[in-house]
Amino acid sequence: MGEFNKPFDAIVVGAGPSGNAAAYTMAKEGLNVLQIERGEYAGSKNVQGAILYADALEKIIPEFRDEAPLERHVIEQRMWTMDDRSHTGMHYRSDDFNEEKPNRYTILRAQFDKWFSSKVKEAGALVLYETTVTELVRDLSGKVIGVRTDRQGSPIMANVVVLAEGVNGLVGQRSGLRDELAPDTVALAVKEMHFLPRETIEARFNLSGNEGVVIEAMGTITKGMTGTGFLYTNEESISVGIGCIVSDFAETDVTPNELLEAFKNHPSIKPLLADSECKEYAAHLIPEGGYKAIPQLTGAGWIVVGDAGQFVNAVHREGSNLAMTTGRVAAETVVSLTRKREEMTAANLAAYQKRLAQSFVMKDLKKYKGIPELLHKNKGNFFGTYPKLLSQAMQTWFRVDGIDKVSKEKAIFRNFRETRTLWGMMGDAFRVVRAWR
Amino acid sequence: MAEEKKPAPAAGGGRANTKKELPEHFKAYKHVWVAVEIEHGQVHSVSFELLGEGRKLAEKRGVELAACVMGDDRASLEEAAKACFEYGADCVYVVQDPALKHYRNETSTKVLTDLVNTYQPEILLLGATNLGRDLAGSVATTLQTGLTADCTELAIDDEGSLAATRPTFGGSLLCTIFTLNFRPQMATVRPRVLAMPDRQEGRTGKIIEFDPKLVEEDVITKVLYFIADRDTDKANLPYADIVVAGGLGLGSAENFQLVKELAEVLGAEYGGSRPLVQKGWITSDRQIGQTGKTIRPKLYIAAGISGAIQHRVGVEGADVIVAINTDPNAPIFEFAHLGIVADAVTLLPALTDAFAARLRVNRLAS
Amino acid sequence: MHIVVCIKQVPDSGQIRVHPVTNTIMRQGVPTIINPYDLFALEEALRLKDKLGATVTVLTMGPPTAADSLRKALTFGADRAVLLTDRYFAGSDTLATSFALSMALKKVAEEFGKPEIIFTGKQTIDGDTAQVGPGIAKRLDYNQLTYISRIVETDLDGGTIRVERRAEGGLQVLETKLPVLITMLEASNEMRRGSIENALIAARADVVTWNAQAVGIEDLTKCGLRGSPTIVKKVFAPTARTEKAQIVEAEGKADARAAALVEAIFAKAPAVESDLLENAAQHYV
Ligand SMILES: Cc1cc2nc3c(=O)[nH]c(=O)nc-3n(C[C@H](O)[C@H](O)[C@H](O)COP(=O)(O)OP(=O)(O)OC[C@H]3O[C@@H](n4cnc5c(N)ncnc54)[C@H](O)[C@@H]3O)c2cc1C
Ligand SMILES: Cc1cc2nc3c(=O)[nH]c(=O)nc-3n(C[C@H](O)[C@H](O)[C@H](O)COP(=O)(O)OP(=O)(O)OC[C@H]3O[C@@H](n4cnc5c(N)ncnc54)[C@H](O)[C@@H]3O)c2cc1C
Ligand SMILES: Nc1ncnc2c1ncn2[C@@H]1O[C@H](COP(=O)(O)O)[C@@H](O)[C@H]1O
Repeated sequence: MGEFNKPFDAIVVGAGPSGNAAAYTMAKEGLNVLQIERGEYAGSKNVQGAILYADALEKIIPEFRDEAPLERHVIEQRMWTMDDRSHTGMHYRSDDFNEEKPNRYTILRAQFDKWFSSKVKEAGALVLYETTVTELVRDLSGKVIGVRTDRQGSPIMANVVVLAEGVNGLVGQRSGLRDELAPDTVALAVKEMHFLPRETIEARFNLSGNEGVVIEAMGTITKGMTGTGFLYTNEESISVGIGCIVSDFAETDVTPNELLEAFKNHPSIKPLLADSECKEYAAHLIPEGGYKAIPQLTGAGWIVVGDAGQFVNAVHREGSNLAMTTGRVAAETVVSLTRKREEMTAANLAAYQKRLAQSFVMKDLKKYKGIPELLHKNKGNFFGTYPKLLSQAMQTWFRVDGIDKVSKEKAIFRNFRETRTLWGMMGDAFRVVRAWR
Repeated sequence: MAEEKKPAPAAGGGRANTKKELPEHFKAYKHVWVAVEIEHGQVHSVSFELLGEGRKLAEKRGVELAACVMGDDRASLEEAAKACFEYGADCVYVVQDPALKHYRNETSTKVLTDLVNTYQPEILLLGATNLGRDLAGSVATTLQTGLTADCTELAIDDEGSLAATRPTFGGSLLCTIFTLNFRPQMATVRPRVLAMPDRQEGRTGKIIEFDPKLVEEDVITKVLYFIADRDTDKANLPYADIVVAGGLGLGSAENFQLVKELAEVLGAEYGGSRPLVQKGWITSDRQIGQTGKTIRPKLYIAAGISGAIQHRVGVEGADVIVAINTDPNAPIFEFAHLGIVADAVTLLPALTDAFAARLRVNRLAS
Repeated sequence: MHIVVCIKQVPDSGQIRVHPVTNTIMRQGVPTIINPYDLFALEEALRLKDKLGATVTVLTMGPPTAADSLRKALTFGADRAVLLTDRYFAGSDTLATSFALSMALKKVAEEFGKPEIIFTGKQTIDGDTAQVGPGIAKRLDYNQLTYISRIVETDLDGGTIRVERRAEGGLQVLETKLPVLITMLEASNEMRRGSIENALIAARADVVTWNAQAVGIEDLTKCGLRGSPTIVKKVFAPTARTEKAQIVEAEGKADARAAALVEAIFAKAPAVESDLLENAAQHYV
């Protein structure tokens, strides 16, 4: 049994993007790493749209493009503002995205995570699946020295525990490292995968080869709640989903499922999904509290990465890249302490936060720190009034009906003003700009 | 396995379409055979179903249809042979030996391979029962020939080969399999898949006796005794005429009692979906479906079961499937014959009463 | 005692889908699992290990990724994992599969001791033939015990084993000599959850990997597609049942609806009605 009692250099809880990035980086540097994942395999419990941002992964596995299961690289981004019958779109498509090393890819998390996990094993980490970490083990001083799992047997010891357990963060919560999630800082997203033959997808979205399209949508589709919808093209399937802040769901009586059904049946979305077969349905939380919701990230013997640390940029729909980056940075911190034979004390691990502060992760989250609250407080306007106004304006503008253009312009402005006071609108605009800066 | 074929690097995908000349020593192989399944003197009805189908294949090929019967008891063998003729056999190979009292793989494999090697049939059919599958696998390996399991359809193609069609990938696809260059072409078929042929009373044919040359002392496996199902209270789902089953929709272990009560009134077996076994509401021998029991009752009532593919493949053989489910879009309504959108917890007791009342009325009337 | 359990990695059939146009299997994202039937065999082997102190080897033939399934088997408590993998095995039917596996089993016997018991599952959920087990038994000349619901007794000293075998209308109680090949009946037991120690051992364990040459296969025409007498000529989707369930639309209270359902059932299944009435009559005479 002696072998089992020898502490690992690090235990990583969770095999999502953040945990895999951390375990890979540490194992690659020769640390003795144990990773524990509750799912049947990495990715089995994970839900994501999903867009992979190449840069974050490239910093961990530079040659990932040769091996990772990638679906399509994104060459076109559509941003839609929707009312119940129309959408106003801003589309950006560029052949520049057909570059040698594309910048964004659509992926299927189940496959991608499995691949990433195989790399972690190749790098030399031990990975246990179907095993749930139930609690942290502490010594008398309160320092975290290991974990207990739901399997029979003794606790497993480590110098440091990396909590990469995702948004719910139950281990951290149960161990008093952070508070329960506040319902107004998390979104609940539901997502379906719709199968379509490759050729159909390419014809429908005007694509060839492995090119892909991303649609992000907001407007009345969330029925006045703070949230967005999305549609991504994969190789032989389409991911479609919608999510809103949990406390909004609680206030309205709308269920996520109803929302998704309505979104799929929206006249702008329906034809894109026609004749497809829905394969899976999944729901997942997204931490959207932003900078202000970030909990304590380090302590004696523990360090938090990824969604568990609320590292999501809701405005840009970035999550996995922040997860991978925080995972990597945490790992680098642990590696450097291990090399220097320094203890994993709270003070020493705090170096992680310093490093993060230098990176895009904290800089971006800080920049947008006001946005979540702003959108949430003005949800009636941002997710109802404005999209409707925009649609009406567009329709008035494009409809040719014998009315002169000057009258049309006037009608549009009148409509805007009657619905929302000029002051109100200017205030919103001002607040958006301020929050964005 | 067979249907997993990907084009091999060397042979290439084209091989499946090339028909080679049958090797010389197989050209003498003629006639269609059915290995008849007899246990406790009883012929399994699947054997007659196979004779019905074998008759068609033999006629298409212009050859004879033969049955092989084996056992220890003269009277029941003769009885079986007579039945085989009346169900379409032209010829019956009769193998009688004390060592053949009970089915054993060892003895039956030896007898059947010897018979095949002696009389050389081109097609050999068996029931896809426990006995048939046990025997077919050994015989095919000994003879080094192809065997297609659990067929749902048999035919002769334009070139005179046996085209055996069977489900694959959990029932989501069908595939047609050939054994072109080896003989005999072997296949098993599940009970009740093929229609029962009409019995032609008084039809006869020729009997060929075959001496298996078995010595009991040399047989390693002994049958110590037999526990007939009626002597135990074990579930006998596969052979039940009526099965009532419950699923997660019942909500609790207590509510499962409602399923048992209905089964009691109908004299039926009861069972359930896999999650109920996992929750401990029922024992594992009552699980119905792909990893549980396959059932073929005349009537199957499913209460609160969604009808997942793994459940579906276990019950599809039922003559009439009745689904009770609150969700009108539940997949079970895709393959049930009769459905009712209702809360099983309130409907089941009412259904039990309604059946009980009907049976009582008719008893009084009779 | 040495026990070998043959397991197969299979696509989770619940998640398999057929391409609507080409009628081919869409494997994209279909997770693989250990053939559920094989878990009954593995659990039975582990029970024997607990009782009699056996070493349990798990063996599979499959692509390199099948190592995942082997590793998972180790988390339940198996001691050793062997993967037989070679591109020459691609396209094997049951005859070619049992040939390759029997060669691997001979090598297992040489390297790790002759197995007294080889377990296989009753059948796989993808091939679904139940032929590989009997095929192996025949090739290795092991006594064959299929559809075993219970192992009553294993007498190692006497070299005998007594089992209950599911047969038509009841259970055969059989006794035979070791070595034997056993195919376990489904639902005969329930797979355990391995301890954390098992999980760690499994994560650390090396999977013994052999190719055709390593197990002494010289004649490659006995392998894969070339070694398979059966030939798949056509794969197609079953014609969906056009009729959906006839829905009994009765209104009102439960008893009214129940009565309507009984009528509908008897209309659909008149044979059931007469059987029931006959039985009822007999019971109440
Ligand atoms: C619908 C949706 C769409 C999204 N789209 C995008 C997108 O397009 N691009 C993008 O970059 N991001 C996107 N995100 C966000 C992104 O998915 C997350 O930010 C990212 O997955 C976070 O990674 P993680 O490793 O921190 O957590 P997770 O991916 O949640 O991984 C945590 C892992 O830990 C395991 N675990 C949890 N508790 C335990 C325990 N006690 N013991 C053992 N294991 C445990 C879990 O099973 C899981 O595998 C999306 C999220 C959602 C829900
Ligand atoms: C490899 C593998 C093998 C499997 N093998 C099997 C197997 O052999 N057998 C098996 O059954 N499953 C098997 N499964 C599981 C299978 O996939 C399904 O999960 C399972 O069959 C679902 O059971 P269920 O229908 O009881 O539950 P659910 O799918 O949860 O369905 C419950 C149903 O009850 C309905 N309902 C709810 N409330 C009520 C009410 N008050 N009254 C009436 N209806 C109500 C719901 O609408 C729903 O349709 C297997 C799965 C795998 C992966
Ligand atoms: N490729 C394989 N590797 C190991 N065991 C196998 C393989 N194929 C089949 N088996 C075993 O043989 C049993 C019957 O398989 P099948 O004949 O395909 O239904 C399975 O339950 C497995 O135990």
